[in-house]
Amino acid sequence: MTEITFRQALQRGLREALDADPDVFLMGEDIGKYGGAYAVTQGLLEKYGPDRIRDTPISEAAFVGAGVGAAVAGLRPVVELMSMSFSLVAADQIVNMAAKIRYMSGGQVKVPMVLRAPTGGGVQLGATHSQSFENWWASTPGLKVVSPSNPYDALGLLRSAIEDDNPVIFAENALLYGMRGDVPDDEYRVPLGVADVKRSGSDITMVGWAHGIVTLLDAADKLSETGVSAEVVDLRTLRPLDMDTVVGSVEKTGRALVLDENWRTGGLGAEVAAEIGYRCSDILDGPVARVAGADAPAPYSRPLEQLGIPQTQGVIDEIEKTYGL
Amino acid sequence: MYLIRQFEEVCGEMYTRGLIRGFLHLYIGQEAIAVGAISRLQPHDYIVTHYRDHGHALARGVASNRTMAELFGRIGGLNKGKGGSMHLFDAEKGVMGGHAIVGGQFPLAAGLAFSHQYRKTDGICLVFFGDGATNQGTYHEVMNLAAVWKLPMLFFLENNLYGMGSRFDRVRGGGDDFYTGAAMYGIEHAVAVDGMDVLAVQEATEVAIKGIRAGNGPAFIEAKTFRFQGHSMADPVKYRDSAETEAWEARDPIVTFPRDLLAQELVTEAELEKIRASVDDEVAEAVKFAENSPFPPDEELYTDIYA
Repeated sequence: MTEITFRQALQRGLREALDADPDVFLMGEDIGKYGGAYAVTQGLLEKYGPDRIRDTPISEAAFVGAGVGAAVAGLRPVVELMSMSFSLVAADQIVNMAAKIRYMSGGQVKVPMVLRAPTGGGVQLGATHSQSFENWWASTPGLKVVSPSNPYDALGLLRSAIEDDNPVIFAENALLYGMRGDVPDDEYRVPLGVADVKRSGSDITMVGWAHGIVTLLDAADKLSETGVSAEVVDLRTLRPLDMDTVVGSVEKTGRALVLDENWRTGGLGAEVAAEIGYRCSDILDGPVARVAGADAPAPYSRPLEQLGIPQTQGVIDEIEKTYGL
Repeated sequence: MYLIRQFEEVCGEMYTRGLIRGFLHLYIGQEAIAVGAISRLQPHDYIVTHYRDHGHALARGVASNRTMAELFGRIGGLNKGKGGSMHLFDAEKGVMGGHAIVGGQFPLAAGLAFSHQYRKTDGICLVFFGDGATNQGTYHEVMNLAAVWKLPMLFFLENNLYGMGSRFDRVRGGGDDFYTGAAMYGIEHAVAVDGMDVLAVQEATEVAIKGIRAGNGPAFIEAKTFRFQGHSMADPVKYRDSAETEAWEARDPIVTFPRDLLAQELVTEAELEKIRASVDDEVAEAVKFAENSPFPPDEELYTDIYA
């Protein structure tokens, strides 16, 4: 075991893949000479050279689509977007090319590509730079979408994502880059499509992912002080969803809360809540409790921005309101 | 060229009979481009094209019967009936689609070209597009990307003057020629060619590809051409006058090329007749093959979403 940061875990995964497979290469905006906007790729250009660590023009549609083309040709590109907010500039290439080219061709080609991007808000970047469109991409057949909540999962999921033969959107909540955690020295994998119980409990199941897990674990600590035993389920993969693990937990606790840090309306949290309601209606003690980000653009001003982001107390209040716990 | 023409004529009939549905865009009038350009490729080269893609597939030697079956939506089709007219694929032959979002194919083509560069082969990617696609951002982004990375990529503009119902000069401020703009991105080899002259297209492509394989980076060819029929089967062609169409039809490569060959005594009428009869048989067989191929079984709805 070694304690490393979330950022270091990602860099370790990238270095391993570059070492292991000559077909793996990286491309993105300022990932080379600059070292990456969030420094995940720092030092890689010096070690692996400009053929494999490719700085691109600011042309998201061009280089995301070029990643698809390279993957179709059998390479294994790891493409970095400077922000998940910019994925919209490449939306056509993500949704119409990466997600569909295999299906439309009748299975003649595959797209072993990873599209990494920092995501989420909370650091006063304003409305256009604080969005989490992995929520949208998770509704698209043909894509896989993951979003880890700690260094262990980040490395294990990245290894699986790079080895996967499908396009994987790898959403890295920017608030987590500095998080420290123990990571085994062996080459473990975290499989795609498998949720994880981050904390066991018997009174309520709290479901979330990525930075939301930090909030839920904090809420679980606080709840335990009042005698409430909360189980925390980390989705880890947003598509395909591992609803069996979620439902298994709810069958044990009889209560459920879903935390989605993004917009409440039409988001992934709504989907998870609907599925819990559909599959667990005769077990639940009440409606599925929901906590979500404000249905508003992210404001710049810190107090306003924080008001729109789910906090620990909001989770506790929602549980009290819904279930009287 | 005659195979493409005959195939497209029959497609039109099949559409009228309801055996082909959805959008159907015929390549009639532009045959000299696909045949002239694709004849210069090597087996390891890639082709990426737009939604008017039957001609490119056939020129690459893709099986006409499986192409027709694809248009019929049958399991025996190239894409198991899941792609349709606008999305023809034959990966073994390097035909990487048929793309129906105008301009969406440029980034894919850049990535395929990049794979050749990364692996240090002499392969290239030939990307076809229409004049309409030049107003999309991806066109400009990828011309720049290809130039700055020196990608082995041939941009091939099929300028048929109309993006659906809009003549290019109603939607473009840059004048009559498109190829002159390539230099702005650092693409040094950019030429125009008569898209109705198959030998001229072949020659221009040969020269361009030679430079690309030599490591000179991307090249650009603009072929001036015309589609004789509407944008799709749904198009009554109210936006252009018949005199313009007739002027282009007088230069129909299906007529002029054999005429020239006969005049130069390079072929006899009997030999031409033999070719035509053989092509007619092939297309008739393709229809039979398509009709006899079943629709995809239900489980195909959910297969091929993931590898």
